[in-house]
Amino acid sequence: MLDSQSSDAFVAFERVQKSYDGEILVVKDLNLSIPKGEFLTMLGPSGSGKTTCLMMLAGFETATHGKILLDGVSINNIPPHKRGIGMVFQNYALFPHMTVAENLSFPLEVRKLGKSDREAKVKRALDMVQMGDFGGRRPAQLSGGQQQRIALARALVFEPELVLMDEPLGALDKQLREHMQFEITNLAHDLGITTVYVTHDQTEALTMSDRVAVFDDGRIQQIDAPDVLYESPKNSFVAQFIGENNTLVGTVKEIKGEIALVELDDGELIDCKPVNVSAVGDRTLVSIRPERVEFDKNRLKKGTHTIKAEVLEFIYMGDIFRTRLRVAGNDNFVIKSRNAPDQVRLTPGETIEIGWLPEDCRALDAP
Amino acid sequence: MADTTQSGPMLAADGSPLKRSLSRTLRRQKLRALLLIAPLLIFVLVTFIIPIVSMLFRSVENQIVSHTLPQTVEALQEWDPNSGEPPDEAVYQALFFDMFKAAEAKRHTQVGNRLNYEQPGLSSMFRGTGRSLDDMGEEFEDALVDIDPSFKTSEFWFELLSGEGADSFLKDRRAKLAAMAGESMRGDIGFAPSAKALELLPATTEAYTDFAIWTAIVEEDVVAEERPWEAVYAGLGVDLRSAEVVQQIASYDGPGAAALKAAVANIDQLPQESFRDMFAESDEDWLDTEGWRTMALYSPDYTTGYFLNSVDLQKTIEGVEARPETQQIYIKLFIRTLYMSLIITGACILLGYPVAWILANLPLRTANVLMILVLLPFWTSLLVRTSAWKVLLQQQGVINEILVWLGFVDDANRLIIMNNATGTIIAMTHILLPFMILPLYSVMKTIPPTYLRAAKSLGATNWTAFWRVYFPQSVPGIGAGSILVFILSIGYYITPEIVGGTDGVFISNRIAYHISSSLNWGLAAALGTILLLVVLALYWCYDRIVGIDNVKLGG
Repeated sequence: MLDSQSSDAFVAFERVQKSYDGEILVVKDLNLSIPKGEFLTMLGPSGSGKTTCLMMLAGFETATHGKILLDGVSINNIPPHKRGIGMVFQNYALFPHMTVAENLSFPLEVRKLGKSDREAKVKRALDMVQMGDFGGRRPAQLSGGQQQRIALARALVFEPELVLMDEPLGALDKQLREHMQFEITNLAHDLGITTVYVTHDQTEALTMSDRVAVFDDGRIQQIDAPDVLYESPKNSFVAQFIGENNTLVGTVKEIKGEIALVELDDGELIDCKPVNVSAVGDRTLVSIRPERVEFDKNRLKKGTHTIKAEVLEFIYMGDIFRTRLRVAGNDNFVIKSRNAPDQVRLTPGETIEIGWLPEDCRALDAP
Repeated sequence: MADTTQSGPMLAADGSPLKRSLSRTLRRQKLRALLLIAPLLIFVLVTFIIPIVSMLFRSVENQIVSHTLPQTVEALQEWDPNSGEPPDEAVYQALFFDMFKAAEAKRHTQVGNRLNYEQPGLSSMFRGTGRSLDDMGEEFEDALVDIDPSFKTSEFWFELLSGEGADSFLKDRRAKLAAMAGESMRGDIGFAPSAKALELLPATTEAYTDFAIWTAIVEEDVVAEERPWEAVYAGLGVDLRSAEVVQQIASYDGPGAAALKAAVANIDQLPQESFRDMFAESDEDWLDTEGWRTMALYSPDYTTGYFLNSVDLQKTIEGVEARPETQQIYIKLFIRTLYMSLIITGACILLGYPVAWILANLPLRTANVLMILVLLPFWTSLLVRTSAWKVLLQQQGVINEILVWLGFVDDANRLIIMNNATGTIIAMTHILLPFMILPLYSVMKTIPPTYLRAAKSLGATNWTAFWRVYFPQSVPGIGAGSILVFILSIGYYITPEIVGGTDGVFISNRIAYHISSSLNWGLAAALGTILLLVVLALYWCYDRIVGIDNVKLGG
């Protein structure tokens, strides 16, 4: 299955391992294939190995073991400058002693393109990022967002089929970052290039990507489309890492097809979807998204298990209400409810019954 | 709240104009800042600015001739240097009195030394003649005492020449004497020259007044009780050579009239020899016009002579001309200093750049250990390091021994890498290397490695990435290091002195020679000034070409 997958993949990692010191594996047995034109994001906490993977793909690090294929060809022994991969760096790495146009012209010059060719391509690339008038400026004279665009244009100007981006939006403020997320995705899709994007910002990963690979501890924990990742995390790490998440700890009492009955540590019973629990008696971490928790009995399905909760705090956040509850000994159980005209505002001290659809509550491995 | 309707200047809260209260606040800050830097400012002024200004001044100053031999210089104005004849008697006469005073102050040898720089031989001429001045005067003294014993007594002279009405004359003599001796001649001398005596016996009065000032102020004796200088007797002898004076003495009835009249009566007993002959007798070179031409040429207070000398030219009566080829050394030395400094700077760049690069790209801990190795030379005495090079470089030294042992060099043809330019370049490159590595390192430290990665990801080979991306960003470090090394090496002295031999010495060695051995400070100052100007000019060029903003010592 692995082989058939990688044969039509544009980029493929096959059993790649990486160690810097010969003792600790930073990347453990990585298998990944990226089809042509896909926007794939590597997401994970720092030290999870995502940047190392990117650097191995770019050629700045060598894999300790395994093969990296680009368009079916192993690139393990190809030096970075011959890989033809565009790259956008965290701090843009625009050459400070060159003008913007010279920066863009650099990859074309080293490819020995003619002058008129170069000028045409530089102009097209600058126009593409709406920076047509800035060719004569130096990078230091540009704002962060403008530098970001130039860095992007430089990575694209020599028309690579694969572009790597290493936390390119990390230095921008929130508004600009959201705007640039949108522009980068559009550009990548319009040009049909394959993009590998590294970030530790999950919102960025969810909004931009076709698929997200969640890294932790040198492994891909889950690789899926953003909605699948969010709604169906395969393990407790992914569930906790992506989005906000309520967790309850318990033991599996009974598994009946798509529903598992879990007894929480304080004796309450809840219905869950078994994800990676297999046997009765397994310890499990149950995960429920705050916006899927319901406290209005009328909206709950008949026969759903409900449990008691004590309201600790009510926070008005404008578009939503955020209420912190104590559930089965967990003081940080949060529910989010839409600020609608008929929405109930809970008051601290109140005791309520909460419940959810069994498929929204996922019984995962206990950490 | 703000008073938007208010017209006129903005006011501070207390009603005073805002501008004034702002400047008052700032003034206090500025004053405090100034106080903080004051110690350094004073230190720099005293130890740096003043010595430099004094050096610049010394390179043109030439007052020693006109101060020591004022009357001679004045009399020499009349002489035509192109006449081919030595100057007339008046000049020799003036020289006698000037030299006599100078000899009392032991200054005549200094003029001799000064003139000797321009014409070798003058020094010994001055020194030798200085010894026979007393003899010249004694001839007059003996003759006068033979005629009338009262000439022997100190009271006679004191009474003869004391009086009043010649204050400005006394002041003038004091000033001249002060300029000659280089010390103050102010204070009571217990003697006032008489205007009448000055009119009657000008040379005598001048000599006696000088004697009086000297005796009272420098020797701190009572003028009236001291036997006058031989020069005073000579002064009388000179005065009595004038028929006019002889005539006036006949009608003179003041103090000492009898003795003066006796002297006039026996005038044929006084020495009749001219001063020119007396000087010629002491040293016949005094009749040589060359010496006098030199003296005439270097009699003004300020001279371009030192500077001309520094660029292998010389001053002559006809104008400026090149020195004889055998004496031309300074231009050659300047050029050698500049081009060897360039070679040393280049060598430092070539050797220092890779080291700085490695240091900048190693983990901090390793880099610090290696940095100690770079800095180690700083902690060793310069003299020790240079001497160590001497051990290494000599023909029987370590390097040659190893090369011979390895068979690279034949025993008979050992490399000569010391006491020549090669030795200087090797030793100085080593010594100045840290000055290149440190600025390079601190600049390279600030170049993020992502630039190289970015360049490579854009398709540049290692070399292109380095040359087009890394190197341009390290240029400020090269600039700073080069300026440091170049300017330091231009003024280097100890190392070339020890390992340079004759082919490897710098202009600074010559300056040091003139400062400490030949004592020609004027020439040393002129050479130093030229060196300073060359450095400033190069700095200006550098600023023009590279831009001084592009020099970074770090950050």
